[in-house]
Amino acid sequence: MPSSTVRNLLVRGMLAGLLAGVLAFAFAFLVGEPSVDDSIALESTASAPQHVHGGDTAAAPAAPAAEEEEELVSRSMQSTFGLATGVLVYGVALGGIAALVYCFALGRIGRFSPKATAALVAAAAFTTVYLVPFLKYPATPPAVGNPDTIGKRTTLFFLMILLSVLLAVAAVILGRRLAPRLGNWNASVLAGLAFAVAVTLAFVLLPGNEDAVKETFPAALLWQFRLATLGIQAVLWTAFALVFGHFAERLLAPRPAPATPPATAVPAA
Amino acid sequence: MAQAIVSPTTEVTETLPIRALLPWAVFLGTLMLVLLYFVGAEQGATSVFSGASVHEWVHDGRHLLGFPCH
Repeated sequence: MPSSTVRNLLVRGMLAGLLAGVLAFAFAFLVGEPSVDDSIALESTASAPQHVHGGDTAAAPAAPAAEEEEELVSRSMQSTFGLATGVLVYGVALGGIAALVYCFALGRIGRFSPKATAALVAAAAFTTVYLVPFLKYPATPPAVGNPDTIGKRTTLFFLMILLSVLLAVAAVILGRRLAPRLGNWNASVLAGLAFAVAVTLAFVLLPGNEDAVKETFPAALLWQFRLATLGIQAVLWTAFALVFGHFAERLLAPRPAPATPPATAVPAA
Repeated sequence: MAQAIVSPTTEVTETLPIRALLPWAVFLGTLMLVLLYFVGAEQGATSVFSGASVHEWVHDGRHLLGFPCH
């Protein structure tokens, strides 16, 4: 394999992440923004100015009206270019990291085609980087969080991501070790079970989110917002899996395929 | 999910050597994590730059991507 393969895969990973980010942005704008707007509207009408939105968090905590905020970035900018910046950078960064993982996983996690490996890496990334941390520390819309606990909440959230990634790596290693003795299916089921048990233990042992959502916050709106954040990630990682898988296969199997393309149909066991 | 690699004689793709991966992992990995930090945490929990303009600019993305945001 040429030495430029790694570089080429990484560039394609970031490109696939960018394209996936564009789709995720479209989804976030159409599906996620309405609930963000509704939450901000609630925040503005709430009498208790717990969080000074759009301004310096240290400034004037006793200000009675939301109008006193100094708006650094307008809402229309936040919901379009600001949101696009966040989601696209997120897509490129995670696309690059996923491509790094892919370079390592290729041929090392079992007999999977380039496309199937891409799908597995993307599924693992979605699960460990978003789904598992989300189940413990779900995303909160504006007007829910308490600015005073942002440090602790951020630490716990990133810690949960790191922990679920490490547990998934351990589960994959466990599965590979057990495979010769138990067979692929049983080893994979056992590794998955071990991961689920370890994650559940972590959920029980780690401290919960201190910012309990206020009773007055509409449950339907919270549900809508959280579902939207989950959808954004599903769009991002599905698009990444398909686009990057396509790129990777073209890169890794460049021979002009005859009537029967080789090795495209090794199904995920 | 997991199966021992007997030999790269089948249709399975060959592995990429770790030595070729390591410099990329360190360089690109760090760069990507810095990007994630700026999207997810800058001017929230900790600040490299003072003010709140980074926070405000990526505000909606931060909420919708699940990061704790104020």
